[in-house]
Amino acid sequence: MTDTHGHHHEGEHDHPKLGFWRKYVFSTDHKVIGIQYLITAMSMAIIGGTLSLLMRLQLGWPHGSFRFLANLMPKAFDSQGHMNADFYLSLVTMHGTIMVFFLFTAVLTGGFGNFLIPLQIGARDMAFPFLNALSYWIFLASCIVIFSALLVEGGAPLGGWTSYAPLSALPDAGPGQGTGMTLWISAIALFTASGLMGGLNYITTILTMRTKGLSMMRLPLTQWSLLITAVLGLLAFPVLLAAAILLVFDRTGGTSFFIPGGIVLGNKLIEHTGGHPLLWQHLFWFFGHPEVYIVILPAMGIASDILATFCRKPIFSYKMMVYAMVAISGLSFIVWGHHMFVSGMSPFLGSVFTITTLLIAVPSAVKTFNWLGTIWGARIRFTSPALFSIGFVSLFVSGGLSGIFLGTSAADIQMQDTYFVVAHFHLVMAIAPLFAAYGGLYFWFPKMFGRMMNETLGKIHFWASFVGVYCVFFPMHVLGIGGQMRRIYDPLNYEFLQPQQVLNVFISVSAFFLAAAQILFLVNFFSSIWAGKRVLVNNPWQATTLEWETPCPTGHGNFGPELPVVHRWAFDYSAPGAKEDFVPQTAPAVPARQH
Amino acid sequence: MSVLSQILRRGSILPPPPTHHDGDSGGGSSSAFPISKGYLATWILMTAVTMLFAGLSSAYIVLRGVPEWQNITVPRLVWANTLILFASSIAIEFARSAVRKDQLDAVRQWLSVSGILGFGFLVSQLLVWRQLVNAGVYLSTTIHSSFFYVLTGAHALHLAGGLIGLVVVLRRAFTNGMTARDHEPLRVWALYWHFMDVIWIYCFLLLLLA
Repeated sequence: MTDTHGHHHEGEHDHPKLGFWRKYVFSTDHKVIGIQYLITAMSMAIIGGTLSLLMRLQLGWPHGSFRFLANLMPKAFDSQGHMNADFYLSLVTMHGTIMVFFLFTAVLTGGFGNFLIPLQIGARDMAFPFLNALSYWIFLASCIVIFSALLVEGGAPLGGWTSYAPLSALPDAGPGQGTGMTLWISAIALFTASGLMGGLNYITTILTMRTKGLSMMRLPLTQWSLLITAVLGLLAFPVLLAAAILLVFDRTGGTSFFIPGGIVLGNKLIEHTGGHPLLWQHLFWFFGHPEVYIVILPAMGIASDILATFCRKPIFSYKMMVYAMVAISGLSFIVWGHHMFVSGMSPFLGSVFTITTLLIAVPSAVKTFNWLGTIWGARIRFTSPALFSIGFVSLFVSGGLSGIFLGTSAADIQMQDTYFVVAHFHLVMAIAPLFAAYGGLYFWFPKMFGRMMNETLGKIHFWASFVGVYCVFFPMHVLGIGGQMRRIYDPLNYEFLQPQQVLNVFISVSAFFLAAAQILFLVNFFSSIWAGKRVLVNNPWQATTLEWETPCPTGHGNFGPELPVVHRWAFDYSAPGAKEDFVPQTAPAVPARQH
Repeated sequence: MSVLSQILRRGSILPPPPTHHDGDSGGGSSSAFPISKGYLATWILMTAVTMLFAGLSSAYIVLRGVPEWQNITVPRLVWANTLILFASSIAIEFARSAVRKDQLDAVRQWLSVSGILGFGFLVSQLLVWRQLVNAGVYLSTTIHSSFFYVLTGAHALHLAGGLIGLVVVLRRAFTNGMTARDHEPLRVWALYWHFMDVIWIYCFLLLLLA
């Protein structure tokens, strides 16, 4: 266990020399674990992104003949090179599952959470370092299990990332519903276990291990967001686990939790009776809606801190930012019904869920205004992290506004399960957090690897991505209002969709452009680890928070012999009367230089 | 417009350094948290377990209303189980009062009693399931029986996890690592073990009042 009570800990000198494996692979150092999470999740992003490109290929050119791919994946294509419908549905499932859990949840809480929590609160490591390492290795196992669902006989499950019952409860219901679905459930169970270990660590560490002077209301917003996210995960993930347990018994134990009577499969009446398919939806969305905030909240925290740093201004209304996050997370538990407006729910109940859902617009708007208030009148330093954080605000607004339509039951009944929904959730809970994560990677890269990422490439990456995501996701609103269904395999099948096929082609071309821009990022990231410009100062961005008191890259034990003492909040930028335009959190009330 | 820009500009004239800030002052005092890491972690763990059982039991309450619902007869032995579990919890309280008087021998005895009773509960739980199987009530017989096995099974697994925790506590007790001032593992473990009682009562009432 790591000592936190002021005992001397000079870098690595206290420890026997660790070999390569102990230092970089089976490490309990939170920074190594954070980077492991980041790299693993990036690999999952490459897989999940590739799957989405295959989907765009099919949607752009539904009757196209892809002989090259057919040679690579003979079971997924017919003899003419046309993609099979089952394969398309398995792409939908795997893309969604990988991106929601194994990219976003993992990058933002696993990656940034592990890397930043001890550094920003002035601790030497997490409260339970071994549990932390265990959390990563279980996460890695869950990644391997979910990936293997693509490789097994029958392929991946077909039911989407939501795995609605009874499709998910009946192993004989489709090619991917057998082994593929079993692997899906196993991966989610492993992921849940890993997430709970992480969350337990995050909450305990942030609450009990803050350094002297660092009161809760002096925490950077990233820390607040990670704390609130961990609480959300703690309350939401066990409910998903409960649903998954019941699902496993339905699939293998002959129980009927989610399976109603009277289902005929392959001309055979199944034996189950008495279950309730909607029960799965209630349990899933009780988890599922907080889950989208588990993704967006850390993104909000990271973007807030980065914006303040590069606007050289305090974050506008710090306390309201904290309260807004608390309000959003509280409300997230009473809105799950808005995913189920067309499930036969009583219109009265629908109205209740509409009201609770629209209430979330209030704290969300508070946050947006505060970001704008931070940007307002600032002399922004337009670095890559700053650009991505501003992009985050733009995307959050664009995606959030369509949420008001979808949260209103009357409008949602029209737009449910169309591309309007696809446009909405991609912008607000996928692309916006992605931009914040990119901002965070460019920002903390020097702290992780001791080198800078290339700024020019970073800016090209930003503008190409920013234009790219709007070209991909904005036209989807139009497609959705035009009636294109969410999981449609062949839009040309319907006469009323044919006139808008040109939009599908445009989106697909834009998606390939967007993917090419991400290759730019990968090249920049991995080449900069070895060839980036060396950072010789502790604080290249002139930021105020504690991690910038440590060298780049930070050594084992994080801080020198003494832990830092905090004297102020995290946002003393451009304070009148101060010598420089930032005052670190460790600067005493009467600055030493005035003696 | 001017009002808006004034409001928005507030951000740029804040804060006069170095004393004022939007967050609380904290006064530079220690931010020590009043609860120990282990104790807090146990509370967090218990929150997660509570949500797991809340999820399972909300499913139970929903399905309770379906027309196909059929009650099963729960073996009487579960009453005995309840008493065994309670006795186990009481034994811990004796251990705790002993540790406060630094009577390490009594601590070891009571902890062992508690562990044996906990193990006894698990064995007795196995017997309950055996009785049900002998009566022809399986996991998939009715939704009520499904929930009986799932809820009591989930509880038994968490209890078994607690027994593994007890091994750690016992080791501390037998290596003289426990004093009236420092008996954190015992305190943490007692908290979890009592929590197992609460979960048991909850499941028990839920399943019995069907």
